[in-house]
Amino acid sequence: MRARTKVLKIDLSRYKYEAEDRSELFEKWLGGVGVAVQLLREEIDVKADPLGEDNVIVFAIGPFTPAYPLASKTVALFKSPLTGNLGESHAGGRTATSIANAGYGAIVIKGTSKTPVYVVVNNEKVYFRDARGIWGIKSSPTAGRIIAEREKGRGMRTIMRIGGAGDNLVRYACVTTETYRHFGRLGLGAVFGSKKLKALVVIGRGSYKPADAGGYRKVYEKIFRTALESDVMNKYHLLGTPVNVNPLNELGALPTRNLKAVRFERAEEISGEAFAEFNLGRRIGCSHCPIACIHIAVLREPYEGAPYFYKTTMISYDYELIYALGTMLGIGDRDCLLKLIHRAEVYGLDAMSTGVCLAWATEALEKGLISEKETLVKLQFGDHDAYLRAMDFLVDQPNDFYKHLAQGVEKTSDVYGGKEFALAFGGNEMPGYHVGYATHLGYLMGLRHSHLDNAGYSLDQKIEGEMTPREVVDSLVKEEMWRQVLSSLVVCFFARGVYKPETVVEAFKPLGAETSEEKLRELGREIYVEKLKLKMDMGFTLDSLRLPKRIFETETPHGMLKEEFFKEALDYYAHKIKELTG
Amino acid sequence: MPYAPSLAEHNPPAHTFFPSSKKDMCVSSGNFLIPCAKKRAMPKRLVIKDLERCVGCGLCMYACARRSAKSPEIGIDRSGILTTSLSGFERGATVIFCRACEEPPCVQVCPTGALTPRRDGGVSYKEELCIGCGNCIRACNIGAIFERSDGKPAVCVHCGYCAKFCPHGVLAFEEVPA
Repeated sequence: MRARTKVLKIDLSRYKYEAEDRSELFEKWLGGVGVAVQLLREEIDVKADPLGEDNVIVFAIGPFTPAYPLASKTVALFKSPLTGNLGESHAGGRTATSIANAGYGAIVIKGTSKTPVYVVVNNEKVYFRDARGIWGIKSSPTAGRIIAEREKGRGMRTIMRIGGAGDNLVRYACVTTETYRHFGRLGLGAVFGSKKLKALVVIGRGSYKPADAGGYRKVYEKIFRTALESDVMNKYHLLGTPVNVNPLNELGALPTRNLKAVRFERAEEISGEAFAEFNLGRRIGCSHCPIACIHIAVLREPYEGAPYFYKTTMISYDYELIYALGTMLGIGDRDCLLKLIHRAEVYGLDAMSTGVCLAWATEALEKGLISEKETLVKLQFGDHDAYLRAMDFLVDQPNDFYKHLAQGVEKTSDVYGGKEFALAFGGNEMPGYHVGYATHLGYLMGLRHSHLDNAGYSLDQKIEGEMTPREVVDSLVKEEMWRQVLSSLVVCFFARGVYKPETVVEAFKPLGAETSEEKLRELGREIYVEKLKLKMDMGFTLDSLRLPKRIFETETPHGMLKEEFFKEALDYYAHKIKELTG
Repeated sequence: MPYAPSLAEHNPPAHTFFPSSKKDMCVSSGNFLIPCAKKRAMPKRLVIKDLERCVGCGLCMYACARRSAKSPEIGIDRSGILTTSLSGFERGATVIFCRACEEPPCVQVCPTGALTPRRDGGVSYKEELCIGCGNCIRACNIGAIFERSDGKPAVCVHCGYCAKFCPHGVLAFEEVPA
């Protein structure tokens, strides 16, 4: 197979690096998550402290990067400081193509630097740069700009960096790339912070040849045309992911005010339609993707007491951000919501975890489990100023309460109570859907505890009539297995309609690899099992999963949920796991 | 819907993929060959239609790498076009390539004749004559010649192939006044 198969290993404890060809690994496991699971297994002690020297980060790209469009995701695997278990996060931007063009299929980061550094990979060379002067800069965009101006490779590089949240080890800090894309979930930013790694820059300018020149150009054009001319990606072309706000609200599935409600009376004001009409200022794309789904809003604010002075900020928005920092916090004013999104962007906080943590804190304050002595500011649904200050406190952690809240809602509710409305699944804060059984089972069973693992939220919207617990579990596992193939090819999940199995098979041919839909599906199953085993070796058990009571108290479009359904489903899943893992 | 050119549109005639031959050139003052205007009324070149629509996707860069039907490449080593953010994507994106100067500085500093003026504007590049000195890269006023991994230049020769893949109508291959 013609693809990038070199693995670069960077050791921050010894300031050394080496590259090794691992064709056999890429032949068997394609790339992305398939390869990353194997590399992490080789490199990590499963008992490693997520914030210790022994934690390992693997970044991996796929065999279609950059051979074909829409295959520009990078998969990061690490041990998550949020859940204490396997962490997996995917990002777009220029990261994947830069890694490929630099000549690598994967990059492994080990060890901990004694002093703050940032690392520059420039094709075959690696440089360790002193970052003492940059460390502690809370703004991720500022840190990114300083590095951008100091380093070469404009247009050919990625700058993956952390902001104040990563520096200060907020367990759900993200790593930001190209200003607006993120390794968002499960705390890769805190792992960077613990390694004293402010940024990883990868500059790449290389090429390789396909096995079949004519076939390659033909298949490329076919994929390109499908992406542009069919309507399979229309949703992402136009309003972007916020297109979901209005339909979910009408359906009664939009988590609002810590899921006390599923309809938000101001949803219309913060819908994809409203943002597009009043705020959309620009759209940009990830590298080698024609869709340009990154929607950027313009926020124009007058300076108080300085007539005719304005500041204009460009802020990237998506559905999950509108949910977490909007409906969950009762914020229905677009400008206020944009300010919250921007603050999360600047600090490099995962917006979803942040919103869920703050929503929990607001309700805990309402119920008197905590007082303003803890929260330092009166948190109230709808009060964006209070939430802006609370985000400062999450990063600065001036008291024990914020030290806890910076570790996630699961840990905080261990200390202060309020478990029943602490909306985390497997330790990961909840995504923005309350559609039915498949949604929540999806969060629980998904190996990342993410809605994107198996799209349970989507299954719930498609179900006509009833599905049995077993049918739901089988359907979720089947979907997650196929998604292992997509995330090994590093095809954007939004492009899954373009990369149908037969297209994937066809796309491999000019790269010199023969496969079949059957083989790919089998590989998806194997990767799923490998990942599950690694997760279990890191201490994951089904028994440790907790269902927040709140999900049974708020009605879904499928009615009130019943615990028995989950019990039956999880019993069956436990049985299925045994079968799968032997 | 984004702007999606049809495959036929902007599809350059085959001959534009090859350097123009010397017989199409007129000798001018100094050592330069300049294109004869009489051959064709309106030459075709790669042009910017609307830079504000650039989303920085870089599909043009990858198209440039595939431009040779016999020997397409995967990657950007030989791309003569670069997309980049304007000091961060909050300010948008831009695309950098040869703007076909009337007196190309890159041609003036090429010691081996590898770079010559192209009949329709811009330059032709004969790789077999190039020693990879890098003079042209340094001489280009707008930074539109890039260094390949073998040290030789990657420069746009205005073949127009990339325009077929620009999804947002930023680039076009069209007739321009000589």
